Amino acid sequence: MEAATNGQTVGPARVRFYQTGTFTVGNRLLDVSVQSVQSDPRRNNSLNSGHRACQGCGEALGARYALDAAMRATKNRIVVANATGCLEVFSTPYPESSWRVPWLHSLFGNAPAVATGIAAALKVKGKDDVRVVAQGGDGGTVDIGFGCLSGMFERNDDVLYICYDNEAYMNTGVQRSSATPAGAKTNTTPGVGEEPGNVFGQGKSVPLIAMAHGIPYVATASVADLRDLEYKVQKAMGLHGARYIHVHVPCPLGWGSAPSDTIRVARLAIESGLFPVFEAEWGEVTGRRRIRDLVPAQAYLEAQGRFRHLFGKHPDTRRIAWIQDIANRNIRRFGLLDEGVQS
Amino acid sequence: MFRQLEGSQAIAETVAMCRPEVICAYPITPQTHIVEGLATLVKNGTLSPCEYINVESEFAAMSVAIGASAAGARAYTATASQGILFMAEAVYNASGLGLPIVMTVGNRAIGAPINIWNDHTDSMSMRDAGWIQLYAETNQEAADLHILAFRLAEEISLPVMVCVDGFILTHAFERVDMPTQEQIDSYLPPYAPRQLLDVDEPVTIGAMVGPEAYTEVRYLAHHRQMDALELIPRLSAEFRETFGRDSGGLLHTYRTEDAETVVVSLGSVNGTIKDVIDEFRDEGVRIGAISICSFRPFPMESLRVALAGVRRVVTVEKSLAIGLGGNVAPEVREALAGMGISVATIIAGLGGRAITRSSLRGVFRDAVEERLPPLTFLDLDLDLVHRQLERERADRRSGPAAESMLKDLGAVASRVG
Ligand SMILES: Cc1ncc(C[n+]2csc(CCOP(=O)(O)OP(=O)(O)O)c2C)c(N)n1
Ligand code: SF4
Ligand SMILES: [Mg+2]
Repeated sequence: MEAATNGQTVGPARVRFYQTGTFTVGNRLLDVSVQSVQSDPRRNNSLNSGHRACQGCGEALGARYALDAAMRATKNRIVVANATGCLEVFSTPYPESSWRVPWLHSLFGNAPAVATGIAAALKVKGKDDVRVVAQGGDGGTVDIGFGCLSGMFERNDDVLYICYDNEAYMNTGVQRSSATPAGAKTNTTPGVGEEPGNVFGQGKSVPLIAMAHGIPYVATASVADLRDLEYKVQKAMGLHGARYIHVHVPCPLGWGSAPSDTIRVARLAIESGLFPVFEAEWGEVTGRRRIRDLVPAQAYLEAQGRFRHLFGKHPDTRRIAWIQDIANRNIRRFGLLDEGVQS
Repeated sequence: MFRQLEGSQAIAETVAMCRPEVICAYPITPQTHIVEGLATLVKNGTLSPCEYINVESEFAAMSVAIGASAAGARAYTATASQGILFMAEAVYNASGLGLPIVMTVGNRAIGAPINIWNDHTDSMSMRDAGWIQLYAETNQEAADLHILAFRLAEEISLPVMVCVDGFILTHAFERVDMPTQEQIDSYLPPYAPRQLLDVDEPVTIGAMVGPEAYTEVRYLAHHRQMDALELIPRLSAEFRETFGRDSGGLLHTYRTEDAETVVVSLGSVNGTIKDVIDEFRDEGVRIGAISICSFRPFPMESLRVALAGVRRVVTVEKSLAIGLGGNVAPEVREALAGMGISVATIIAGLGGRAITRSSLRGVFRDAVEERLPPLTFLDLDLDLVHRQLERERADRRSGPAAESMLKDLGAVASRVG
């Protein structure tokens, strides 16, 4: 059985089950081994209900799917280190905790190193079957935790690190991080002045930087394609060494999008080319998710309040075009429209 | 067995015999020889099983130790100076989580101006971080305190810092009575964690605690440290039974019986102080010394008992609370409140300036003759300071102060003494 990039391949012949426009896969038609973890009534619910995330929180959704997939892949034997951030705060209003996994929160910027310590302890104790997952928001990952993350990659420690990228510091009330996209309004890149919103030409691609460490596995994923996320987590858990998955998770509060639009917004990011979904092994891109129905960047931008200043009576066509250029570059660079690429 | 050993080597070999399971290290002078020694002992298989992790920063070093300890491994690291500041957030986190990590601090000054030599500014900056802090007087004690530290940390679920004077101890060759593996094994049982990241019994560790319980959680740590005031003497007595020598305890007294003047200090400087005490005693001066081994928890009651009947106390301190004076004196004063004992502070040995017997003799004489002001800076070149102040008065853009003072002195930066 060949698993495919987005879990839609069954057996030697590829089967496409999505419904036009929604991509909803007829899960029950699939072979049991590639069915969604979430369709299993015995799934772990690693991040259980009752947490305090906002309605439509992409991070809560992504974390639940990712960890349940990791649990399935390890027969329920994972330990989790969590960075400070929304995920940490909304999941542990003690004495209530949503976590049904052994879970440690230490600091904002040290989750990768804490995970390294856990992995070292498990190794020395001979608990080879227990695996380690570390997770944090974009701020905890690409900014303040970046040194620890790079150190963990470079040593190739046996840790899967998952970054839930909602493109700003949400827990502190929506401030810019180095993952905030060009033009986006946050409370530290306000929508005022000559060029409202975040500056252009800054930021960094941590998935590409992760690849530069030559680690066994790097992937991007999105809550718009949860089956692909599950597949990638499962694949990562089948490998040892440092692994990195960067998940795009809309934040209705910070993005000014409707809670019911979380999946739609995430999908528009993929379909416009602004968020390239791909995977890489040992520093080489090995798979990419093909754009199915190409949309202009504008469709993605217009769905979110944080880009509102680009539109209105006098649309900022110049900067909208720049953002389109970013999308075009991603499409070229990752071959997101190439024939033969899985969709 | 007695061996002639560098302090760092004695510490490394002793730590290794304590069977740490995860060691994480980031190099900084004067801690380097300790972690190099341990790297060799792990790599050549002497210490096994043990994971030795070369981290990318001190912040990561403490964070790895936090993860390892929470996952049930005995964890150790070492640092100094800038390193302990770089890990500060994780230092507080380790104690807040109640993880029994042991860390050696090779005491060194803090920049700017950058300075690699010994004083206590580094560990003093973390005195309220919730760690137990033990200060070693000799290389023998530096090695022994680590055994005690692991035992203490694990019994009480708090991390312990063993503070060892940089260079003066870490790089000095002294005769050390090295413990045997059998002795250590009989003294230090395997680590039985109070909390564990265990897939069979999942727990949440590190949740947010609001005003409803934060005070109580902090108080619990305080309570544990108060317990340590009783535990440290007990474990030190047990140490004597197992190893046949005195190391540790809350404080060491020297010729304090009938003393009118007592000098209080931390760490290796007590060696020099004791020599000076002997000279005064030969002249019939009633003077003695106390070196505090456990600075956290602070041994209030033991100090009160040890200093009952004394007229004056002089603290010799290797750190400066800028804008106040000493770090140790205010605490000693609090311990002695209502006893009618005067406490004067001597700031000495900053950035490695040698603390000479003759200088100490001078200030102790002043103390005995009631001439010592409340705050004295030993061997301070006040003229140098005044000339700098003059330059700053003369020229608004007088430039960087430290460089200008060095230039004035015409000294090379590495001059010690
Ligand atoms: C050292 C430190 N600096 C700042 C903070 C404040 N802080 C806590 S969470 C957070 C934002 C988290 O952003 P991100 O990692 O993107 O996660 P999100 O909340 O967006 O999911 C910040 C700035 C902190 N806890 N620690
Ligand atoms: S602010 Fe955003 S990331 Fe945080 S809980 Fe709400 S939706 Fe989720
Ligand atoms: Mg974020």
